[in-house]
Amino acid sequence: MPLIARIYRRGITSSRPLINNVFNIQTSCLYSTLPPNARLNIPTDYSTTPLLAHNSQSALQNPELSPEVRNGTTKRMNLFQSINDALSISLAEDDSVILFGEDVAFGGVFRCSMKLAENYGSERVFNTPLSEQGIVGFAIGAAAEGMKAVAEIQFADYVYPAFDQLVNEAAKFRYRDGAEGRHVGGLTVRMPCGGVGHGALYHSQSPESLFTHIPGLRVIMPRSPIQAKGLLLSAIASGDPCVFMEPKVLYRAAVEQVPTASYTLPLSKAEILKEGKDLTIISYGHPLYICSAAIEKAEKDFGISIELIDLRTVYPWDKECVLKSVQKTGRCLVVHESMVNAGIGAEVAASIQEDKETFLRLEAPVMRVAGWSIHMGLLFERFNIPDVARVYDKIKQAVEY
Amino acid sequence: MKTSLPRLVRNHRPTTFLRILTHSPRWSSSLSQRPGAAGVTFPGAVNSKFTSALTFEHPSTYPAIPTYRCTSPDGHLIDSTILPCPDALALAMYENMISVSIMDLIMFDAQRQGRLSFYMTSQGEEGTCVGSASALEKGDVVFSQYREAGVFVQRGYKLSDFMAQLFANRRDGGKGRNMPVHYGSKELNIHTISSPLATQIPQAAGAAYALKMQRLQNPDLPPRVVACYFGEGAASEGDFHAALNIAATRSCPVIFICRNNGYAISTPTLEQYRGDGIASRGTGYGIDTIRVDGNDIFAVREATLKARELALKDGGRPVLIEAMSYRISHHSTSDDSFAYRARVEVEDWKRRDNPITRLRKYLENKALWDDEREAEARTRIRRDVLKAFGDAEKELKPPLRAMFEDVYEEMTPEIRAQMGELREILDTYPAEYDVGEFEGGKDSLEK
Ligand SMILES: Cc1ncc(C[n+]2csc(CCOP(=O)(O)OP(=O)(O)O)c2C)c(N)n1
Repeated sequence: MPLIARIYRRGITSSRPLINNVFNIQTSCLYSTLPPNARLNIPTDYSTTPLLAHNSQSALQNPELSPEVRNGTTKRMNLFQSINDALSISLAEDDSVILFGEDVAFGGVFRCSMKLAENYGSERVFNTPLSEQGIVGFAIGAAAEGMKAVAEIQFADYVYPAFDQLVNEAAKFRYRDGAEGRHVGGLTVRMPCGGVGHGALYHSQSPESLFTHIPGLRVIMPRSPIQAKGLLLSAIASGDPCVFMEPKVLYRAAVEQVPTASYTLPLSKAEILKEGKDLTIISYGHPLYICSAAIEKAEKDFGISIELIDLRTVYPWDKECVLKSVQKTGRCLVVHESMVNAGIGAEVAASIQEDKETFLRLEAPVMRVAGWSIHMGLLFERFNIPDVARVYDKIKQAVEY
Repeated sequence: MKTSLPRLVRNHRPTTFLRILTHSPRWSSSLSQRPGAAGVTFPGAVNSKFTSALTFEHPSTYPAIPTYRCTSPDGHLIDSTILPCPDALALAMYENMISVSIMDLIMFDAQRQGRLSFYMTSQGEEGTCVGSASALEKGDVVFSQYREAGVFVQRGYKLSDFMAQLFANRRDGGKGRNMPVHYGSKELNIHTISSPLATQIPQAAGAAYALKMQRLQNPDLPPRVVACYFGEGAASEGDFHAALNIAATRSCPVIFICRNNGYAISTPTLEQYRGDGIASRGTGYGIDTIRVDGNDIFAVREATLKARELALKDGGRPVLIEAMSYRISHHSTSDDSFAYRARVEVEDWKRRDNPITRLRKYLENKALWDDEREAEARTRIRRDVLKAFGDAEKELKPPLRAMFEDVYEEMTPEIRAQMGELREILDTYPAEYDVGEFEGGKDSLEK
């Protein structure tokens, strides 16, 4: 089978020596074997997916970019390189930007901060002791005194020791300071999240919905290198503290042409990736690729057209865009990797049925495809994370309802 | 054991290890073990000697860190090396201490009468707060826990400011959002107090790093430090550990000031820790540390002055001050401390050793103070407190709109919609809500 061969080869060639990439994540396809008769659950071919800009023309036509950026150049980057690019730009543009966390100085375990300490100095890009509550507390203090503090939590799975600092301190800082006017808008907390095939319990989590219950924080998850760069630059520039979650499975896998200029993409604004009229799929981050593949099959099989929406910022989220789409299509599913219980899908679904106008247009219940309400057992990831078959099946249920 | 890490490093391994201290990550491997060396050069402890005696270090064999004191209980300076503080400042500090104690008594009673929802006094700790604050510069940034009214007074927080916050009226900088005693002032460079204990300690380290960076980038800026206050109970939180460690590794100009007053609510220090207080932990983090008598305002002031100098030396470093005192008051208005400690113990501390009486004796020895002045000052301050109290209590509350603002820099569509929903409820059920005390009534909820 040529496809397997291609994916297999890609897996091999892109697995670098361990010294370069402490947490080698690109080997995931070596772990999962493609069933011989699979038609739906075929690993994403990132070199052909319509979700990535494979040439500079498509990268530059985004109307959200300024005319100058659109007249500029692009460069092929994967997600970690585009994040590195964004960090480098922000360090170059603004002296108040500092970058720190565990193992950030040598380039980071995922290479996102490569060469930044060398280029911008060890005062601005540095390692901290191994203490998440210390990292976020330190970042809040620095932001409160006017710095733009970009803190890295090595894995989203390890953000919990810093939860108190994020919930009680960062999120409430502006509110409690009131008329005094101080805030920690300069704070951005980056963290790799999501499954990679073999991360098991503590290298796979996506705790975004734990943050969406916290007024005061902006929670962002990009799906691609172009987005990662633009949204990260927006997060750093934003006057609100931002939690920036990076799907680590995409660090090396997602490659596209990325504008080389400095640019931002709007926060709290969804993006319609594909227009359709019979059903809306709402997702964000890595599952968008799964949705895209499922849509391709379902549209062919059921003769329908499906609208695909990328939330980009999961809180405060773009309700208006979602409601408008569902009013048009009458059917909707929400797809995310993290657990279904009290996840982003719950909020989106509740908001859809709560909106009187949208409720009247619904022709099927709002459905969710998400991780099961369990932990991520090592061997079971591919049965846990939403895949093409599960999204396809829910589309079928929604259409046949 | 007593020598701090940076000093050891400077004495013995001038180049290699200093590079590590300046955070170049690649050089740790260049610390090699030389055959036959008497010392160990494990990267994790570069100056440790080998020993063939199998002995554990017993905390009990280490003498307790001494408590620095420079004024005797009868008010005489006993450290000849310190310059006496200017008379005007000594008098101002004395008035500031009695202001806090008079305000404490009045507000404690007011809470008991139900006129405000909550209060915390700082009886017995006025010296630690006023004394340390007197040693800071105006630009220095302060983070506090909640029992530091003396710091606020010493920096210029006015009675009307205290009262606006306590009564959460429309002049309250916190816009009526915080519990009483959660003061804050941008003008005075004091960050707003939050209830979660110890969270301010790593923040203080980060803020100090910001001040250091800003001065590195612009040498014209005046040197500044951060002062961070917390109790001995709060020092058991993980954030204390995180903070001291990161402040040391990043060489942050921050003074950590621990108020060790013997209790955390009902918990005595014996159940809080088993080491030699909080001070003994400082050296373990590589931090210059001192323990002072918190009832001796001059000892606190001198220690803080020196700490500030140290904190700014060689690009910056943290310093830890443990100020010993006794919490004479109840923990808060929600606490009856005689449920867990004897009344006589409290009375004893109140009488025997007290920062206010010690400074009063000093002033009397210098003929700067007497009973008449004492009576005049107390009457005047009491009158001022009551006046500010009355004015603040009468004042309108902040507009209801303040409830929805400042969650984000700009109000989100969701919050705007919810504000509208509340407005509709108030319109539909006017009898159910009293909005009269809020500035602008329900009209402030206009989208
Ligand atoms: C994280 C957290 N845990 C518990 C509390 C409840 N609490 C408020 S004050 C206090 C005791 C603090 O004691 P200490 O730090 O010694 O300060 P003191 O009150 O003696 O000045 C406790 C447990 C809190 N505010 N925050």
